[in-house]
Amino acid sequence: MAVKVISPGLSTTVQDLGRPGYYHLGIPLSGGMDRFALRVANMLVGNDEGAAVLEAVFTGPELEFTAPATVAVTGADLPPRLNGEERAGWEAFPVRAGDRLSFGFLKSGARICIAVSGGIDVPVKLGSRSTYTLGALGGHEGRALMAGDELAVGAAGGAGGGSVPEALRRRPGSLAELRMLPGLYWHRITAEAGRRFFADTWKVAPEADRIGYRFRGGAPLEFVPREQPFGAGSDPSNIVDACYPYGSIQVPGGTEPIVLHRDAVSGGGYMMLGCVISADMDLIGQLQPHAPARFVEVTMEQALAARHDRRAALQRVRDHLGK
Amino acid sequence: MSIRFTFGGDEHIFGEVSEEMSLEAFFTSLSMTRAIRAAGIRGVTEVCPANASFQVKFDPDAISPEDLLKELQGMEAAASQSDASLRTRIIEIPVYYQDPWTHETLMRFRERHQDPTRTDLEYAAEVNGLGTVENFIRAHSSQPWFVSMVGFVAGLPFLYQMVERERQLQVPKYLRPRTDTPRLTVGHGGCFSCIYSVRGAGGYQMFGITPMPIYDPNQQVSYLRDEMCLFRPGDIVKWKPIGREEYDAALEEVAQNRFEPVIRPATFSLAEFNRDMAGTNAKLMEALNGR
Repeated sequence: MAVKVISPGLSTTVQDLGRPGYYHLGIPLSGGMDRFALRVANMLVGNDEGAAVLEAVFTGPELEFTAPATVAVTGADLPPRLNGEERAGWEAFPVRAGDRLSFGFLKSGARICIAVSGGIDVPVKLGSRSTYTLGALGGHEGRALMAGDELAVGAAGGAGGGSVPEALRRRPGSLAELRMLPGLYWHRITAEAGRRFFADTWKVAPEADRIGYRFRGGAPLEFVPREQPFGAGSDPSNIVDACYPYGSIQVPGGTEPIVLHRDAVSGGGYMMLGCVISADMDLIGQLQPHAPARFVEVTMEQALAARHDRRAALQRVRDHLGK
Repeated sequence: MSIRFTFGGDEHIFGEVSEEMSLEAFFTSLSMTRAIRAAGIRGVTEVCPANASFQVKFDPDAISPEDLLKELQGMEAAASQSDASLRTRIIEIPVYYQDPWTHETLMRFRERHQDPTRTDLEYAAEVNGLGTVENFIRAHSSQPWFVSMVGFVAGLPFLYQMVERERQLQVPKYLRPRTDTPRLTVGHGGCFSCIYSVRGAGGYQMFGITPMPIYDPNQQVSYLRDEMCLFRPGDIVKWKPIGREEYDAALEEVAQNRFEPVIRPATFSLAEFNRDMAGTNAKLMEALNGR
């Protein structure tokens, strides 16, 4: 069984739940930007939740199947079409040999996960099938898909089927609220700058990808004056190059915050204000350029409660699908 | 040095050993991260040393952030007193300074540079008061460098020059980062040099290029079959200036997978280095050149 790529869409990559354990070498986790959608897509086709899927952004690919399988598309509202006929998202449907899957226009969200029963079977590299394009590692030849590629699919295991109603899905609101725990180098900005950071409405900049999401539109940061430490660099936003946590919000030059995501650069010389909490990382993966967003201050206790809620939401989907 | 601990969201603890760079801070960070790894704490998934800080990623469902913080704080005293010495390697990296590829790239991004009328090397020579590019290259390549961090992108080494602080080369980063840097560019920003392991964005000044791959995701390069990334923190590097002919010959060897980098075992003691930098560096050169 294989999937043939007729056209690749804007950028379609193989992703699973990622590649932990190599961040100290600069090799990031990678994996689905919206892990909730990735897990649910796999549940719908009867795969292990962490099986490899295709992640597409803004526009979908066109694919042809060489054998019968079960397919599901989750994440953004980008309507799937089977041989030209519309199919529902968040719902398993069967495909036959020779069937073609394509997509309509994006209505909301940014990324879809396309799961195929058996999972996309590219070679496992450092414990994962995820694509890290910057390092040309994993996935299909370490890169986004191109027309003419053919991807092997594993042997289908569990039973697929069913659909996930709207109420059980998770997506950002029309004004995305990204909960954030201040920390790291938060002390480098003035109290007033901190207040403005949370009060302002930001917009996703066109420079938003798997490495990080840039935001603009808020007030530039005002830094607490200091003599720059040796080795840090001359700009007040510079620090001695350090590790960057996933979800960390760096502000080069104090102007445009960048939230690092699954393909994060692992370190560098810009101060960070804190991190978007783990529960809200999936939501960032569904933001389009120009989407408005606010950062909302939370405590560690609230961050852990949100993490618990997200896990409970996933469990509700499992219960609904009888997993 | 007392470590400043702070949470990075609900999945990371970040420890800043010192705001400023020093080998003392690096060694404390290295011994902390070694101790954390050795402790095998449940829920810890990534342990990353950096120049003067470190980071631990954890699963808060497996260990509470406060409990992990207490464990790390408990390790601080031992780590800061540990013997700052290493059994390590010295690696010779051939560099073609003022090569045509980084030159072409730096000309494309002149409007993002502090001094659009000069090249990165001319600017670096000027701000370090060294007068000429030749003097700067001599200063850059005459003394060894210490790998004090690996990261940014896969396998990229941050290198700290092993000389007195007042002799360290310092150059500001580009005003705005470039969107392109040739693969294997030797760059410099702040007090750190680096080697760009892959092509991509970058903000460091560009001095030259090495023919020698340092990252191979396909693990085909003869010396990268076991590990995709050549460098680890604590490695010592010596730049070897080469010209176009040597560069081309080395590239040919790389293409045929016959290139063998010069890598020799070495020991390093911070106390000894602080007592006698010139003597320590001379011994490292002996280890490298087998004399």
